[in-house]
Amino acid sequence: MLKTKFEIEHLNLHYGSFHALKNISMKIPANEITAFIGPSGCGKSTFLKTLNRMNDLEENVTIDGTVRMDEKDIYSEMDAITLRHDVGMVFQQPNPFPKSVYDNVAYGPRIFGIRKKSQLDEIVERSLRQAAIWNELKDRLKKSALGLSGGQQQRLCIARTLAIQPKVILMDEPTSALDPISTSKIEDLAMELKKDYTIIIVTHNMQQAARISDKTAFFLLGEAIEYGKTEDIFARPQDKRTENYITGRFG
Amino acid sequence: MNTTTQKGMFGKEYAWRGIAVLCGLFVIALTLVIGAFLIYKGSDTFLKFGHTLWEFLGSAKWHPVDSAEGGGAAGALIFITGSLVTCGLALLIATPFALGSAIFMTEISARFGEKFYRPVVEIFAGIPSVVYGWVGLTVLVPFIRNVFDRQVGHSILAAGIVLAVMIFPTITSVSADAILAVPDACRKAAYGLGSTRWQTIRHIVIPAAAPGIISGIILGLARAFGEALAVSMVIGQTTALPKSIFSTTKTLTTEIASQMGNAMEGGELKSALWSMALLLFLVSLLFITLIHYFTNKGKAKAEGGKA
Ligand SMILES: Nc1ncnc2c1ncn2[C@@H]1O[C@H](COP(=O)(O)OP(=O)(O)O)[C@@H](O)[C@H]1O
Ligand SMILES: [Mg+2]
Repeated sequence: MLKTKFEIEHLNLHYGSFHALKNISMKIPANEITAFIGPSGCGKSTFLKTLNRMNDLEENVTIDGTVRMDEKDIYSEMDAITLRHDVGMVFQQPNPFPKSVYDNVAYGPRIFGIRKKSQLDEIVERSLRQAAIWNELKDRLKKSALGLSGGQQQRLCIARTLAIQPKVILMDEPTSALDPISTSKIEDLAMELKKDYTIIIVTHNMQQAARISDKTAFFLLGEAIEYGKTEDIFARPQDKRTENYITGRFG
Repeated sequence: MNTTTQKGMFGKEYAWRGIAVLCGLFVIALTLVIGAFLIYKGSDTFLKFGHTLWEFLGSAKWHPVDSAEGGGAAGALIFITGSLVTCGLALLIATPFALGSAIFMTEISARFGEKFYRPVVEIFAGIPSVVYGWVGLTVLVPFIRNVFDRQVGHSILAAGIVLAVMIFPTITSVSADAILAVPDACRKAAYGLGSTRWQTIRHIVIPAAAPGIISGIILGLARAFGEALAVSMVIGQTTALPKSIFSTTKTLTTEIASQMGNAMEGGELKSALWSMALLLFLVSLLFITLIHYFTNKGKAKAEGGKA
């Protein structure tokens, strides 16, 4: 039996008076890839952001219910900064810092107080290798990250997240801005990484969810309609709305 | 649409473009003419009166005679030192406050900053320099005299503080714009990696905005360098090299402003003043070049070119 990473109970989120997440409860297992699918605007990103408290940065957000990670309530028993050290995030648009490749990856370790050059070198190399981009970038570590292609930038952002050695990696449509080759590289990478990390990925590409995820949750208008093993969701959806969505009848 | 209105439309298009091009050319020509004129006037010191560039820049002996015979001394070191020291002091005082304010009004309290703080800062930028000078003379000069127990309060310190207050709004608003131009995605990425707000500002926002901030500082420096009126009111106008920040002295601009009326046309004094004006012109060209350099660097940084 797999260990549970996140346990979410009766989670509600409001943006002002808008009810964006409605009474969501689910358990997300460790060391698996969990995919969130659903039409755009249904609350996938919002839900993802509740898991590392990125919603704290926005105004007018109210949250009730509980989110526990490793049995600890992340809203009452942890502070957001420590939480984000354990729960890294990769965004929809690749967002490298306007710094060198090296400084991008070393950013996290540096703010944790690691100063030693040899130690940083080691972390940078290991993270870039894990993100399968070391060979492409090893000769341009001192060059600006902004000069890389979109796919390289996104893998660099993954490396940057890996460098802080999180336990969980949240990915919000990480391939939606990328070409098919870069996309498949990132998918391979996600499958490689799940040995060591818990991965939660938002995607509106159903083939992607089917290809790489172990569990899939289908969202609609702020509700988690159906959640289960990916092959069950795609082969035998229980809810009519899930079936309509995956057979392409709407969204 | 018939052809006559089309013709009218294009005719107007060309007319407007012509006017714009003419205005542009006029401004360029004017700058060149001013430069040429200053070179023409300012070169007399060296060509007609036989002073060396080294004497002009490196000597503190300032006794140009007020006649066409020449034979005096034309060392402008006192004024050059005065300008550099007062401006340096002004930057030293203004920059930390300006940067702090820019960060405050963008990153810490954006709503208050945009609604209230920035308009106030912009009002400060528009106050004429005579007002700053007068307030400095009335409030600051006696204050320095009493607090530091000096015979006079007029000093480099007073000039530095007055200039600092004058350039503070410039540096603040240019820096704030540079900080606002840093993409939000960078901040999100930093927070996503577990940065605190201060770490995000210190390690991500400020470095990304650095070229713009430096441009703001140079712009402030240029304003301080060119200011004559307010400085002359509080600096004590003494022709001597300063010994400390409490010394009275003069700057390039204050000396030009106070002497140009008396000096005889074609005389050695007048020529030396023109040479100082030429020096100011060259320094401001240097500032503009630097600003362009940093602006382009900022663009390259944002677009990911060579930076
Ligand atoms: N900061 C915000 N303020 C107000 N409403 C928001 C905010 N962010 C998202 N929403 C709204 O919440 C709903 C869910 O958005 P989101 O989670 O981004 O959807 P998805 O990622 O599934 O496309 C949308 O209707 C969106 O307009
Ligand atoms: Mg989204």
